Amino acid sequence: MNPQEVCALLTEKFAGKILDSQTDAVNPWSAVEPASVLEVCRFLREDSRLSMDHLELLGGVDYKDRIEVVYVVYSMAQRHRYTLKCRLPREAPAVHTVESIWGVANWHEREAYDMFGITFEGHSDLRRILCSDDWEGYPLRKDYVFPKIYHEMPV
Amino acid sequence: MEAVYSGDMMTLNMGPQHPSTHGVLRLELKTDGEIVADAIPHIGYLHRCFEKHAENIDYPGVIPFVDRMDYCAAMNMELGYVLTVEKLMGIQVNNRVRCIRIVMAELGRIASHLIAAGTYGNDIGSFTPFMWCFRDRETILDLFEETCGARLLYNYIWIGGLMHDLKPGFEKKVLDFIDYFEPQVDNLNRLLSDNYIFVRRTANVGILPPELAISYGVTGPNLRGSGVDFDVRRDEPYLGYEDYDFEVAVGKGDYGPLGSCWDRYIVRIREVKESCKIIRQAVAKLTPGDVRESVPKRVRPPAGEVYMRSECPRGELGYYIVSDGSPKPYRVKVKSPCFTAMSVFREISRGAMIADIVAILGSFDIVLGEIDR
Repeated sequence: MNPQEVCALLTEKFAGKILDSQTDAVNPWSAVEPASVLEVCRFLREDSRLSMDHLELLGGVDYKDRIEVVYVVYSMAQRHRYTLKCRLPREAPAVHTVESIWGVANWHEREAYDMFGITFEGHSDLRRILCSDDWEGYPLRKDYVFPKIYHEMPV
Repeated sequence: MEAVYSGDMMTLNMGPQHPSTHGVLRLELKTDGEIVADAIPHIGYLHRCFEKHAENIDYPGVIPFVDRMDYCAAMNMELGYVLTVEKLMGIQVNNRVRCIRIVMAELGRIASHLIAAGTYGNDIGSFTPFMWCFRDRETILDLFEETCGARLLYNYIWIGGLMHDLKPGFEKKVLDFIDYFEPQVDNLNRLLSDNYIFVRRTANVGILPPELAISYGVTGPNLRGSGVDFDVRRDEPYLGYEDYDFEVAVGKGDYGPLGSCWDRYIVRIREVKESCKIIRQAVAKLTPGDVRESVPKRVRPPAGEVYMRSECPRGELGYYIVSDGSPKPYRVKVKSPCFTAMSVFREISRGAMIADIVAILGSFDIVLGEIDR
């Protein structure tokens, strides 16, 4: 399936929940309403026309006015790829976890939580993964202030 | 494996300083006697926040940083980054650049797989293969040094081209090395791969079923070890890999269940031979040309975003780059193959013996610099 067909299928199935799409970009994508992410991801994974069984990438991007979670999904059987985006408010960004669909989402979501402070509701083990447990702030946010002191040691 | 637990658990920290973790990794083992009931990996000891660094440097300046992620295969790391930026900018490179990049990428793959095989043997308890592998890898590092002046961290592949052309006589040296090296692989098989002790230590351990591997995003040799026939070089070709004749090595379960540690190990050995075939073809395809022909004076990609992946020795390396049209990337996100491989570790190590934890960990061939970034 090419990106236009995937986009058409999603728009038809989830009318009103797909906020925006761009299929002629270098990396074709659709923006999904945050409340429907789990539903759309399950459809991508389980529908036999799509069968996106490989979550290639899950990460956050801070756009200063919003935070986006990006899901790049790929089908090993049918060899096609699509990108989903989910726009969240910068204050208290939260979205449902997709670890029940792709196992690897567990660690990717922990990383997004660690770096951007995105809360993944229903996550089984939402802890910091790369930074130490008592680290303050979310380093990949654009307004992050670098600490000068960590545990009484100059950084 | 079904394990019976007495319920008397002891927590054992393996690492952060432990010879078989290949870096700074801590495994929190919940042990019941010799049986591991749970193994929780704790990563992040080498975290440098590369992605934050990348947002504060211009595009060419990021290349030395990506070298330092997977320091065992720096050529492949920078190749993936450069290809992604080129895709965003729409740069096409000439045939000479493509062929040299393929030669370098495959030499890097051989060097990296030699480390994997050598250190894995060392983990399991055989020392000689380690010395053999490092001896042959040294020749590859000499070739890299001759080309770009550095042995491990190169900054050789540039956006739109290469730092330098090859030195005269490089082609002959590469072909001489391949001629010498191919029989060495058979020697390594005799010494290590088919060694009875090595097979008994690895062939029934750490079984990774294909469905679990795909769900956990395991890629590269670890995925092919589970019998999944998938290689980005063949199935989503870049740099003209579609014109090369090579086989994709997959695990077949020769000595036990499919997806065991031995299968993951042997895929790398088989891949090394395929890399030799690719290098011969790439050297034959070399045509004269200017390697800096398409290097842009200023790297300012148009606003937009791109995801691209390439096959690095440890799996699929993906870069997601967001550009806002300025000379610095707005966001660089790396999909690290070792990170995803490590996330499945907890699943497949439940019920293993403590000594097998070393065998399972080594079979994934992780580099902590790339997991932690």
